[in-house]
Amino acid sequence: MKIRSLPTWLTGLVFFVIVGAVVQVAFSQGWLSDYWQQVIMAGTILAISAQGLNLKYGYAGLFALGHAAFYGIGAYSSALITKDWVVGWSGNPAGGLAGVLAIEIGFILAVVAISKLQLGHVRHSMRERLAQWLSPFESTVLSTAVIILISLVVVVVVGGGSGWLVRQGVLAAVPPLLGGLPIEISQQIIFVIALLAAAVLAGAIGFLVSLPILNLTYDYLCIATLGFGIITYVFFNNADQLIPTMKGARGMVGIPSLTTWPWVLGCVAVALVVMRNFIYSSTGRAILSVRDDAIAAGTMGIDTFRYKTLAYAIGCGYAGLAGGLYAHLYSFLHPSNFTWLKSVDPFVMVVFGGVGSMTGTTLGAYVFVTLLEGLRVLPAEFIDWRYVIYPLILLFVMLFRPQGIMGTSELGFLKPPRVALRKPKQGAPAGVSPAEPQASES
Amino acid sequence: MMAQSDVQNPNPGDNSTVLKIDELTKFFGGLRAVHDFDVHIKQGELVGLIGPNGAGKTTIFNMITGIYPVSEGTIAFKGQDITDMPSHEITQLGIGRTFQRIRVFRNLTVLDNVRVAYHPHADYGMFDGILRLGRFGRGEREMTERAQEFLSVFGMEDLQDTLATNLPYGAQRRLEIARALATEPDLLLLDEPAAGMNPQEIVELMELIHFIRDRFNLTILLIEHQMRVVMGICEWMTVIDFGQIIARGTPKEIQNNPRVIEAYLGSQATRMVD
Amino acid sequence: MKDNLVKIVLKALSWGILVVIAGVVISIVANIVAEDPVTFVQQVLNGLQLGFVYAMIAVGYTLVYGVVKLINFAYGDVFMVGAFVSFYGITQYGLSFVPALVLATVACLFLAVVIDRVAYKPLRDAPRIAALITALGMSIFLEYFTALKFVFSPDYIAFERPFELVTWNVGGVTFTNIQLVIAITSIVYFLGVQYIVGRTKIGKAMRASAFDKPTARLMGINVNAVIGATFALTGALAGTASMLYATAYPQIFTFMGIQPGLKSFVAAVIGGIGSIPGAFVGSLIMGFIEAMTVGYMPLGSTLKDGMAFLVLIAMLLIKPTGIFGDPFEEVK
Repeated sequence: MKIRSLPTWLTGLVFFVIVGAVVQVAFSQGWLSDYWQQVIMAGTILAISAQGLNLKYGYAGLFALGHAAFYGIGAYSSALITKDWVVGWSGNPAGGLAGVLAIEIGFILAVVAISKLQLGHVRHSMRERLAQWLSPFESTVLSTAVIILISLVVVVVVGGGSGWLVRQGVLAAVPPLLGGLPIEISQQIIFVIALLAAAVLAGAIGFLVSLPILNLTYDYLCIATLGFGIITYVFFNNADQLIPTMKGARGMVGIPSLTTWPWVLGCVAVALVVMRNFIYSSTGRAILSVRDDAIAAGTMGIDTFRYKTLAYAIGCGYAGLAGGLYAHLYSFLHPSNFTWLKSVDPFVMVVFGGVGSMTGTTLGAYVFVTLLEGLRVLPAEFIDWRYVIYPLILLFVMLFRPQGIMGTSELGFLKPPRVALRKPKQGAPAGVSPAEPQASES
Repeated sequence: MMAQSDVQNPNPGDNSTVLKIDELTKFFGGLRAVHDFDVHIKQGELVGLIGPNGAGKTTIFNMITGIYPVSEGTIAFKGQDITDMPSHEITQLGIGRTFQRIRVFRNLTVLDNVRVAYHPHADYGMFDGILRLGRFGRGEREMTERAQEFLSVFGMEDLQDTLATNLPYGAQRRLEIARALATEPDLLLLDEPAAGMNPQEIVELMELIHFIRDRFNLTILLIEHQMRVVMGICEWMTVIDFGQIIARGTPKEIQNNPRVIEAYLGSQATRMVD
Repeated sequence: MKDNLVKIVLKALSWGILVVIAGVVISIVANIVAEDPVTFVQQVLNGLQLGFVYAMIAVGYTLVYGVVKLINFAYGDVFMVGAFVSFYGITQYGLSFVPALVLATVACLFLAVVIDRVAYKPLRDAPRIAALITALGMSIFLEYFTALKFVFSPDYIAFERPFELVTWNVGGVTFTNIQLVIAITSIVYFLGVQYIVGRTKIGKAMRASAFDKPTARLMGINVNAVIGATFALTGALAGTASMLYATAYPQIFTFMGIQPGLKSFVAAVIGGIGSIPGAFVGSLIMGFIEAMTVGYMPLGSTLKDGMAFLVLIAMLLIKPTGIFGDPFEEVK
């Protein structure tokens, strides 16, 4: 059997294994200081977050400025879960997990229930039926009040109820289930669950946030997402009123340092492979078509709103996953890491590296981190120039190479799959076409 | 899901009304762009919508395809009321359209432009794609083959990997038409398909329109303000000016209609007469 | 008969709901006011002071957005530079109130024009997102560049007031001469801008360019010059506003422009972006909301920034084009 070329998945696998092994050896042999080990991991984590923004902006064309908020949501929620298990803050080691899962599942079920009710249609038909008795204004008031009431009931019953059930279940079942296992194993299991929960929570909140704002033009979208970012920041700053252990502006401590290179590598590999498979599929093409021309996409049968929210939610999920890894790298979380200004960081990575390029975005992340950290070696007077350089990079790129270094091209296994030209069927002529090809083209 | 129709002749017995528009009116704030427009089009007809620039033709198209909300009036397609339906649902019911200003997906390849049309009927879901399950492989292969076959009908097979933005103008126009056809419409709306074409290209376009109407069993509604095209291929047409109908009839009837001639200020009209 | 009964019941229900909602809101408000009218009035005045300052910035945002369709992110930072410039004028050159004000105004005028020429003009024909990102980059650059020690300084600096603070007390409510100055300047500026845009030749040119640039060019309007003039005007506005803001809240630092800038922009959106009276009214509303949050909500002072954006999101859901906005404008 002739081997013509390696299948893409194999190239990807080999790539990650080799790179991963090399870095792991470098770490364990001490070729790099602890500081630089953290830098490399931080850079990779940021690359994951930036992939999420690349999906939102590069692939879906959404100028979304609140990315850091979802990074923070992922960070804090995963931290709450693991901290409770390892150190404890709520009295029950599974408390954090129960809380986060309850919110997530209650939330998702409530949203699903409400969308199944098709409240828009209900309101419309209510108004029509009431028209025989009431004026349009009165029927609007009544019908709006009714659906608000219905929504509240559904949210409380379905959302609250399922959330409560989940919480009870987790509190009761998880400690005995995992308690018997050796500590290292149970911690790792909790870590996986925490990361997944963080990503899902960030994605779910992202979905909700996107619903009212995704149809706005990009100026308003930008301000609205920025606004959400600020609201989230204010929330983190004051969160200790709700959950004391989050310590608000004093910073959350005591988070177990579970992020190691294998974890980071594993996550980035999954992140890239999933993104690649996603964008090179029919759903991916639908998202790209909405970016290129939303109106035309609509006339091709693509529900533009649905695909924009999908891209946005997944992008937020990526940020959440990255945030989860981040929280367990430095074991300390402070709201100042999640200001809206911090949302500009992934933007710089994407814009510099290549808008709509996974490779470029990853490259951009490493360059960004290296620059910021590498410039620390500058003499003391020039250290603050680091922060001047990075907006300058943004300005230069926008003025001279707005598509970014790599534009939309990719390397290696991230490249789009080649599609072989069709072989014409034996004997049958090619389709009859009066529009003869290229020769007569102007 | 409809199979690719390979019919060479339209069904001669089918005379049902495909598009029924009544009292269609559109206000933009205080400006009335379209007033009391109506048209009834039957299966298989090739109909024109003509009028001077700014008469409201594209506005009407936009209302039919759900891009603009309707102020007053109704639009029914194959008996179903589609007034104010969202664009993507209207397309999935069977209306395809092209745009006056070419709106191909610039950063997508020619092949992908067509494959997008098949997405609403894809045989696999998002997760199949991410996990690259078997259903993905089969579904993708099928979609790709159909798209490639489709492109070959238009002689664009070899261009499959070219980015749409790199195509010459005429090819982009053809891609736009091909892409609209890939959605397997029953009714095709063409918005000034001859814009920017030289006389030779226009002749090819007219042949193409006849060809696709027959091959794909279509009903076609065409906006044009180049008389040569309209008179050459439309069976009958509606003329509007300032958003209102001023005439309706066969090419011969329209050519001699004084109101139409007046609306076009004479210069185009003299060309109509020869 | 039964039909009439149903009608009465339903009508009663719908109006009843409205009455109940209105009643609850009014009783809450009345409670707040009656409990401590002095504090309430005090907060209203605080809100007005804030609102008048925001108004000057918001008008600037709305002007630029109207003509160039760009959210000038760097505007808040031009404002910041004005504060610092007037600070140096007062402390290092001993300038009094009016000269310092003029200095700040002129400095910001130039800065705004320079920013436009360097960063925005080259991207005039590029997709609008590009200009937006550039504005963002310019904003961040200004913030960090001025934070360098040899430029301004990364520290929080206490602003020296150019004139003495005078307070008056009327029935328990205190108000200051600063509030008066701010209110007067803001109103004068608003009327001035309205006049310029509405009745002068350059204003007409601005409106034409805002409406349709290519046609304006064809009619002989030097659109780039008009845009430059717009930035100049907004720069001047920012300069004045900055010094008054620093006088009212005497602490300056290089990131001080972010919050007022964002809130002013939100105010402009609330009032209807592109509308100058809208920006003015929106700002007063914004100032009022902020003062009420600080005054009456628990944790108000930390929540106030978030509040502003909650209002924005509510606005975007209800009427995205804003209070005075044209409802048929393209927001979607």
